[in-house]
Amino acid sequence: MSSKQHEWPLWEVFIRSRQGLGHKHSGSLHAADAEMAIQNARDVYTRRQEGVSIWVVPAEAITASSPDDKEVMFDPANDKVYRHPTFYKLPDEVNNM
Amino acid sequence: MSPVEMNLEARFDAYVAEEKKIEPKDWMPDAYRKTLIRQISQHAHSEIVGMLPEGNWISRAPSLKRKAILLAKVQDEAGHGLYLYSAAETLGVTRDQMLDDLHTGKAKYSSIFNYPTLTWADMGAVGWLVDGAAIMNQVPLCKCSYGPYARAMVRVCKEESFHQRQGFQVMLNLAQGTPEQKAMAQDALNRWWWPSLMMFGPNDADSPHSAQSMKWNIKRFSNDELRQRFVDMTVPQAELLGLTIPDPDLKWNEARGHYDFGDIQWEEFYNVIKGNGPCNKERLAARVKAHEDGAWVREAANAYAQKQKAKKADATTHAA
Repeated sequence: MSSKQHEWPLWEVFIRSRQGLGHKHSGSLHAADAEMAIQNARDVYTRRQEGVSIWVVPAEAITASSPDDKEVMFDPANDKVYRHPTFYKLPDEVNNM
Repeated sequence: MSPVEMNLEARFDAYVAEEKKIEPKDWMPDAYRKTLIRQISQHAHSEIVGMLPEGNWISRAPSLKRKAILLAKVQDEAGHGLYLYSAAETLGVTRDQMLDDLHTGKAKYSSIFNYPTLTWADMGAVGWLVDGAAIMNQVPLCKCSYGPYARAMVRVCKEESFHQRQGFQVMLNLAQGTPEQKAMAQDALNRWWWPSLMMFGPNDADSPHSAQSMKWNIKRFSNDELRQRFVDMTVPQAELLGLTIPDPDLKWNEARGHYDFGDIQWEEFYNVIKGNGPCNKERLAARVKAHEDGAWVREAANAYAQKQKAKKADATTHAA
């Protein structure tokens, strides 16, 4: 049997570095199942107290936006400066608003 | 190359020149992808093979503390290999393909690991010099243009610093110990000095890929620049240890503001790369054996995962 058919699936690893923060992408690894992915993630990504909680997600389950759509998706926000508080010049008296 | 590709490539070059990052699904020139796959996978292989010379001393470490430190260090090297394999996989190469290339001898790894670790002092010299040279090479890679590689290198560099410091401490303890211990430290320095300088690669004039890699912001400093920096940093450290660097031509050059050092025996370097170093066969054989001996574990884990999946599917069907 060729080992190629047997490569363990790829998992993406997300780690909460401490209570109060969200899980953040740390990297990826191979594991046969979810339980092993959690154990491997612990060994590979939290050897120095980097986390208090781990998510693992099968890489194939992630749907990503396409880099080709970057402009279509994100450029429309460019010219909407009025969405930012600094757009509004107010009298000094209310400067802390 | 078609006009469209030429246009894409010009845009890519301009984008990278602005210090912007490339991410896995972005368009990139084939040569950029190939260069990165080669470099990152070789880097990963070096971390993995690099465990072998140190693993040799885990059961022989002189104290429980040193054993724990060495275990942690070797585990880090495994982790570094895994970060890097993952980074390479984002470029479209599979883990199995990379391992095949390593095991068949098609892919290279750092030739420093083809030297033997003969005494405990070698654990000090490897940490101090080999990891020190590696850090010198790796820190600029944290700013490399390829995002996943740069991110992996940030993690690696954070962890690598402990490796060098523990190595220097081993050397320091030996250098301040009995005359026999100090002689052992000197012997290790004698054997590891020149191979460490070779870790920076051929002289700039003989390094054909360097210019392109620099243009792509994969490489930031030339081989000779980094080597000089390493020598300048290490000479005072050796003086602090009271050890002598095995180079009669080594001396401070006031005009250059750098240390001058002797010629490197490149013949030896190329000979080790070609497979004729003291431990090439042993290292590769140990790596292949570990992989083959682990095959049943990988297959059993897969079989178990399939079985659990089938069980779960079965339970869902019955519940419905």
